[in-house]
Amino acid sequence: MFYRECSNFKDSYASDMAIFPIPLDRWGFIFMLFMAFVVVPLFTSEYFITNIIIPFYCFALAAFGLNVLAGYAGQISIGHAAFMAVGAYASFNLYGRLGLPLVPSILGGGLISAAVGTIFGLPSLRIKGFYLAISTLASQFIIEWVIVHWKWVSGGVFGTIEAPKMFLFGFIPLDTAVKKYYLTLCLMTVLMTFGKNLVRGQLGRNWMAIRDVDFAAEIIGVNLYRDKLIAFAVSTFYAGVAGALICFTYVGAANIEEFNVMVSFAMMGMIIVGGLGTVLGSFLGAGFFVMLPIGINQFLGSFMDVVPADILANIESILFGGLIVFFLIVEPYGMARLWHTIKDKMRLWPFPY
Amino acid sequence: MARKLLSGIVALILVAGFIMISGQAMAAEEKKPEQFVGILAYRTGPFAAGGSGFSSGMEDFMALINARGGINGKIMYKWEECETAYNTARGVECYNRFKDKMAYVHPLSTGITYALIPKGTEDKIVIISSGYGRADASDGRVFPWVFTTPTNYWSQNTAKIKWIAMKEGWDGKDMANIGKYLKGLKIANLHIDVPYGQETKPILDSMSEKFGFKVRHFPVPWPGIDQKAQWLDIARRYKADWVINRNWGVSCTIPLKEAARLGFPREKILGVWWCGAEEDAMPAGPAAKGYYSTNFHGVGRDFPIIQEVVDKVYGAMKGNIAFTRVGTVYYNRGFIAGILNHEAILTAQKKFGIKVLTGEEFRWGMENLNVTVERIKEIGAEGLMQPMHNTWQDHEGGGVVFYQQWDGEKWVSTGEVITPMREYVRGLIEKSAAKYAKEKGIKLRTGP
Repeated sequence: MFYRECSNFKDSYASDMAIFPIPLDRWGFIFMLFMAFVVVPLFTSEYFITNIIIPFYCFALAAFGLNVLAGYAGQISIGHAAFMAVGAYASFNLYGRLGLPLVPSILGGGLISAAVGTIFGLPSLRIKGFYLAISTLASQFIIEWVIVHWKWVSGGVFGTIEAPKMFLFGFIPLDTAVKKYYLTLCLMTVLMTFGKNLVRGQLGRNWMAIRDVDFAAEIIGVNLYRDKLIAFAVSTFYAGVAGALICFTYVGAANIEEFNVMVSFAMMGMIIVGGLGTVLGSFLGAGFFVMLPIGINQFLGSFMDVVPADILANIESILFGGLIVFFLIVEPYGMARLWHTIKDKMRLWPFPY
Repeated sequence: MARKLLSGIVALILVAGFIMISGQAMAAEEKKPEQFVGILAYRTGPFAAGGSGFSSGMEDFMALINARGGINGKIMYKWEECETAYNTARGVECYNRFKDKMAYVHPLSTGITYALIPKGTEDKIVIISSGYGRADASDGRVFPWVFTTPTNYWSQNTAKIKWIAMKEGWDGKDMANIGKYLKGLKIANLHIDVPYGQETKPILDSMSEKFGFKVRHFPVPWPGIDQKAQWLDIARRYKADWVINRNWGVSCTIPLKEAARLGFPREKILGVWWCGAEEDAMPAGPAAKGYYSTNFHGVGRDFPIIQEVVDKVYGAMKGNIAFTRVGTVYYNRGFIAGILNHEAILTAQKKFGIKVLTGEEFRWGMENLNVTVERIKEIGAEGLMQPMHNTWQDHEGGGVVFYQQWDGEKWVSTGEVITPMREYVRGLIEKSAAKYAKEKGIKLRTGP
């Protein structure tokens, strides 16, 4: 009744091209922003902010990056965690060693990651599908190896760089969880808005054309060479920024083991469970993979005294794995698709046929 | 169908509710104040064998103390486990979950240790990395909140070289003529190619210059399932006299099989202590027989204190792991970690009174820890653990290395207990720690 396009007349091009054409959506989005900017930092605990919300934002960013590549442009990458590592180490070196300001060094980490990603995207011009997936898997191992062995980057035998003390604009110390939260949130919001518009624009349409039938796209004038590489660059840029943010605001140290191949698989899982080719899906998938295991673990923690710990620890994996399978059976197109179904229902409510 | 499902769900909820209520009822019975211990465990994932043994050993020790009536009879241990699955991000989450309640933590993973060092320093929580993590954290002047008690990787490797020299005929006393026995020996350092594996490369290189043996590093790419090429190199081309097996998890077992295939004597392979558990040797079957490994504690159940655990904890059905694993290597490692924490608590309680300790008080206990041979006898852990004596500068404390050999069925202690080249290691530790302090802008501590 309230959720509909009816009587919502578009009288300018701008309103026709709005991200949220339905007023209720717009209000809902503003409400979410309000929650994120005001309610979460004011009314939740430090534990919740640092351990659940910050990694959630970071992984949403990373998952969106992978979604650009796999969901929009149709190029599968199963080595994306390595690009997060590139971003993390690059931004640590830019900030700690070369003394760039904080935000430029995080974005710079993303740019370096994008440069590396473009190089690893070159094979995509020749190979497709599973073959490309394997070649991107190689990027995971090559990058890990290079970071571990390039002592200057990874900080000696220990392969770890601790986060230096962070100052915004050179004098505002980022020491509390809330300040780090705001840094993550602001960067995430800006980059996500940019990303959403990118995939709505000409470039996004080109990507989708490549994803659907690449030779047809080429025939109608899409430059495969350019657009595939841009997809790799954009995607790895997001991954790099996410990696840098995870290290700066969450873990506090860059260690190569944080970005192993399992993280790559988890990111693949995020976008598949969340929804390929949707921005919302990146958030839902990241939420699923970041929050759910911790939630299950916390919930199971209350059984600590009665159930043996080793069984309990395995139940977590069983439950989580079971839920992944459950969601994929119930909604093979991802959780974002569920939202679309609900939306369609709401449009017709209360008079469905 | 739907009704069946519904009634099934209702039954499940009822059972869950009952379990939760009974759990709370059990918790309500205890009245003594509790020292909270947060345990970062990994009972799932690729390294579950190590994680489950270690945390259960520590828990069993605390259960024993509780069964005896608590710390000094007044304070009970209370612990909670958090599953990290050896994942750094999850480990940080677990740490944050417990950080307001706990005084000390064993991160139990190199990656998590690195992530926690700055956090623990800030939150005033003691980080104990027994035999893993940064070796240079043994310097208490730079790392006030990190302890590597009882020993670290660098010490271990100097002890390994001493042991090899002894096998070559050195009497083990006069350091001046050790070089005579080591000269010309070819040692292969087979290491997993991650930061943990690379950590001992510099110290081996530096020793090879000093003592005149040859060392070559054979990196194994993660996760180390395939080591054919490295072994062909080691056994046929390089013709190593000794192999140091510095792997982790499944990659520990592969060398034994490869060596058997190529006819390389297993008696010439010496494992790091993370490659010296039953879980590492057993899967290799007969190929593992004769394999040596280092350790920093004893193995088996033949210690009075472990017998007491068998009696009081497992007798009362309060054990935290399958009974068959009691006395295995990882279990005992967790167990002595429990003893170590307990001794530090007792030391601190002598100064601060019998109460629940904070991180700062616990650190005082760690820095003034002095576990003598007599004390070990009193605990009932003779041969299980080594004497430890920390100071505010020296966070390593003990440092002796035990040796054990796989007899085809179980680990047998060789009885050798070797002191590492302490001054030599200490020099390297201080150098490395000073470099770290300079990079991070840390002021050296000048007093306790």
